[in-house]
Amino acid sequence: MEQMLEDLKRIEAEAKSRFEQVGKQEELNELRVKYLGKKGELTAILKGMGKLSGEDRPKVGQIANEIRQSLEEVISAKTKELKEAALKRQIEEEKIDISLAGTKLEAGHIHPLTRIIDEIKEIFLGMGYEIGEGPEIENDYNNFEGLNLPKDHPARDMQDSFYITEDTLLRTHTSPMQVRTMAAKVPEYPVKVICPGRVFRRDDDATHSPMFHQVEGLVIDENISMADLKGTLLKVMKQLFGEDREIRLRPSYFPFTEPSTEVDVSCGICGGKGCRTCSDTGWLEILGAGMVHPNVLEMAGYDSSKLQGFAFGLGVERIAMLKYGIDDLRVFYDNDIRFLGEF
Amino acid sequence: MNVSYQWLKSLVPIEWSPEELADRLTFVGLSVEGIEYFNKGIRNVVVAEIKTVANHPDPKHTKWHVCRVDAGRGEDLTIVCGAPNVRPGIKVPLAMVGADLPGGFHIEAADKAGVTSEGMLCSVTELQIPEGLATAESDNGIFILPDELTVGEDIVTALDLDDAVLEFELTPNRADCLSVINVAREVAAISGKPLTVPEIRLPEARENIADLAKVTVLDADLCPRYTAKLVKDLKIGPSPLWMRHRLAAAGIRSISNIVDISNYVMLEMNQPSHTFDYDTLSGHEIVVRRAKEGEKIVTLDDQERDLDTDMLLICDGEKAVGVAGVMGGQNTEITENTKNILIESAYFYPKSIRLTSRKLGLASEAASRFEKGIDIEAAERASERICQLLCEYAGGTLVEGTLDSYEGSFEERNVELIFDHARSLIGVDVSDDDMVAMMDSLGFAHAPAAGGVNVTVPHYRVDIEREVDLIEEVARLNGYDKIPATLPKGQMTEGKKTKGQKVADEVRNAMMAMGFDEVITYTFMNKKHYDMLLLPEDDERRDSVVIMNPFSDEQGVVRTLVLPGVVTVAAKNMSRRNLNLSLFEIASGYFPVKGEKMPREKSMLTALVSGSFAKGWNGETVEKDFYYMKGALEQLLNSLRIDGLTVSADHIEPFLHPGRGCDVLINGEAVGYLGELHPLVAANYELPQKAVVFELDMDRLTALADKEIVYEAISKFPAVEMDLAFVADRELAAADIEKAIAAAGGDYLKKTELFDIYEGDRVEAGKKSLAYNLIFRAKERTLKAEEVNEVVERIKSELNEKFGIVLRS
Repeated sequence: MEQMLEDLKRIEAEAKSRFEQVGKQEELNELRVKYLGKKGELTAILKGMGKLSGEDRPKVGQIANEIRQSLEEVISAKTKELKEAALKRQIEEEKIDISLAGTKLEAGHIHPLTRIIDEIKEIFLGMGYEIGEGPEIENDYNNFEGLNLPKDHPARDMQDSFYITEDTLLRTHTSPMQVRTMAAKVPEYPVKVICPGRVFRRDDDATHSPMFHQVEGLVIDENISMADLKGTLLKVMKQLFGEDREIRLRPSYFPFTEPSTEVDVSCGICGGKGCRTCSDTGWLEILGAGMVHPNVLEMAGYDSSKLQGFAFGLGVERIAMLKYGIDDLRVFYDNDIRFLGEF
Repeated sequence: MNVSYQWLKSLVPIEWSPEELADRLTFVGLSVEGIEYFNKGIRNVVVAEIKTVANHPDPKHTKWHVCRVDAGRGEDLTIVCGAPNVRPGIKVPLAMVGADLPGGFHIEAADKAGVTSEGMLCSVTELQIPEGLATAESDNGIFILPDELTVGEDIVTALDLDDAVLEFELTPNRADCLSVINVAREVAAISGKPLTVPEIRLPEARENIADLAKVTVLDADLCPRYTAKLVKDLKIGPSPLWMRHRLAAAGIRSISNIVDISNYVMLEMNQPSHTFDYDTLSGHEIVVRRAKEGEKIVTLDDQERDLDTDMLLICDGEKAVGVAGVMGGQNTEITENTKNILIESAYFYPKSIRLTSRKLGLASEAASRFEKGIDIEAAERASERICQLLCEYAGGTLVEGTLDSYEGSFEERNVELIFDHARSLIGVDVSDDDMVAMMDSLGFAHAPAAGGVNVTVPHYRVDIEREVDLIEEVARLNGYDKIPATLPKGQMTEGKKTKGQKVADEVRNAMMAMGFDEVITYTFMNKKHYDMLLLPEDDERRDSVVIMNPFSDEQGVVRTLVLPGVVTVAAKNMSRRNLNLSLFEIASGYFPVKGEKMPREKSMLTALVSGSFAKGWNGETVEKDFYYMKGALEQLLNSLRIDGLTVSADHIEPFLHPGRGCDVLINGEAVGYLGELHPLVAANYELPQKAVVFELDMDRLTALADKEIVYEAISKFPAVEMDLAFVADRELAAADIEKAIAAAGGDYLKKTELFDIYEGDRVEAGKKSLAYNLIFRAKERTLKAEEVNEVVERIKSELNEKFGIVLRS
């Protein structure tokens, strides 16, 4: 038994020292097999246990187990050490110049006018509006007559039109969509719709483009009031420009609304104190609106004594210019990719 | 319209400053867009009289005059002046030494080539006062002041320069406010101060007009009312300074007392009038009738005008003497010898005036007012006002009576205002009493009615036709700022997009994700683009909707194709060295339809790529060629879940490269085209490099993009992959091979992907090698090798039978 214990101690010391010197995981694995494996040296010694007395056997067994455990611990510590060293090495080898530019991923851009229209659509969808659409070429009835603008109405001068024939033209505003929407819905209500689109006027200078975009809005129901118009537009302007914005209504005239109003939004640059952008007024003109004229309701077949409504027309370019601080209308139609890339 | 602030103040005793008044008027709907002060910083400028004028002693300064001037300061002053219109005896504005002029000019004594000038004589421009204050003789020099001014008096008091012009931007419904009195009514309504309308007192009259003149209206439909009055023994001369001041504020230059008075009453009462030299009127009579075919007239501006039978003429016993409401004739014009005048004050049918004025290209102030509609009831009163002023300021004698041809009579309009209606429409709580007070403040007569009042609309408020117009009066007088902000109540509605809108959004997002920039180009274009695109003469897309009144050919037609817009954007970008492009636009083209008024609309997606895309220092460069664009198109259809894409070169658009273009088909139906631009088209647009384009019909995409997403569990069983290379004829389309593989592959074949094409030494001449990666998989089990081999054999034999294709060894 003494010899056996001696052998065990020797093997333990030898194994420990060899384990400590190992530099690679594979070597460690081999040594583990050599000393602790089924055919390993420790097992070989223990095979001689049968010759021991029943008294000694458990003692040697216990010692052998302790040795095995202690060696396993050394292996596991060594394994951990090796792994850490390997990871450290790997990390060092894999170090890169993080200041180099990233791989380019090609991404496109949505036109700023579409972006504004999308934003407006989202706001109104959230308030339960449908999105309407209509043709850019309109007939005189939808563009003018049905909007309380009979032939030779002086207000037709306000909008110089591109005519196709005596009776058809490029629509001068998105308001014909009011006429189309009502014609499609009558006698049903409520009507809640916005209609974005291209519109055309015979104007071409630094501040006018012969084609531009509007978003028309129309609401018809019982008891719709000018206060509802004001509240709706206030909400829209706050969502578009920021919660700190206010709006102001000024009396105006449109043949298809009565009462009519111009709507100003408080200037975001000076916060309403007055600056160059708002010509020192603190306010920016943003859209025209009003209560749907009873003549317009009646022409569409609605009962104007029972139903009321409001309508508005937003200028998309104007909003985009104010929101993004663009001071030249022409850049929208220039489509320089460096400009488009900013959005 | 421009109105003198002091004039308004003389009618309503307000205490507001011009700014405050402007602000208040703007917020009741009479928008004041600007305020122009008469005095923009004049100080120490006085009325002076030129005593003598001599040439400058230095012969080099031939244009300079040395004037001795009396400025009421005792000794005369020496002033050197270069203006051509100086002469002894005239009164002029003199800026004294130490004076200030607008624009920050300060006047000091100055040495003018050896002569000391003790001040400066001023022009209208230097004083920056309204031009109308001066007569024409002041145009190219010193402002020659009215003779009645007192020497030495400060020019600001002498010319009443302590005034401002309010520049109104009137809305078309408030044409009544083209009358200063009616503007004053608004001022009275908002200020609560009384309005004093100038009293019309006619002097004693002699004779009777009925014996001296005659008016016959033959076309009363165009001239419902025509009045004439007669004033005799007038003396032509200057009009009073106060009148010239008010005219100047309105931008009207003083001509003579007679013309000025006519203009003044036009401003005051919005009644244009015309004055005829009575003695030149043949038969002393007026006939109002339509012009005859081919008739001509020479108008006051010395132009001969061709008339037509829609135009209304004012004639005397034998000839035309004026185009009604637009401009008078030269033949009966007031001259310095005129003694007796006949005053026309009439109401002409607005539409007819508008048309006549348009046709003649003659836009007079009178025409513009008639067009907008004037107060038919005011015609005679305005005429009386003119007579009063003529007698007062031109020394005339009034002839008794008025000739008045008034077809029918003015129908008084009564409109009910129901208080609850107003509160409901405006959404504001205004009391009944307040609304009644508002009607009163506007001077609207009213009687009680159930729940409201019955308003008698004054004749000058032609804009008030129905209740809502009265509600507007309530809304604006109460103040738009008092309206609360609420949201519509009532039945809930559902916010939704149409399918087309959803698909358009999806297309836009997919294009953006693939690196495309969205552009927006004009719906109209120059029709030369059809030539630039090489469209044959009989191509239906050449048949465009034509714009009748473009500014230039650039807006000549409404486009049938969006492609020219996108290619033009590409060209413009390339000229700025933006060479790597991916562009798209979703827009409509329009096609005329025979027998239909409205054209057919076709919404399309048009895309263009050009150049290359470099991934950076560590990546490759991808050429934006045909296959790049085809890939984009495939990926787009993929994101829309549209299957069945094929391309066909059976038809190739004329603007595409004949060897690199095709039609795009979905399930055999053409939905667009794809291809490189034809080299000639690229040259027509001056593109410095190749560009590849496609167009897809948005309506077709919308119809096709209705495939629901159906979930399919990922197979748990392994796939068998196999690479096979085939040798085929060079001309054989890969798509045909793939179609055959797919047909023979059956259910187990999940994917066929081409990964290499080879043509060269290692294959037979006229052949090509195509290498495919095939993936086989069964859903419910692992495929056995024999099963896969069986399918591969089937594919091989199918390809061999159909195309003579062999496996590459």
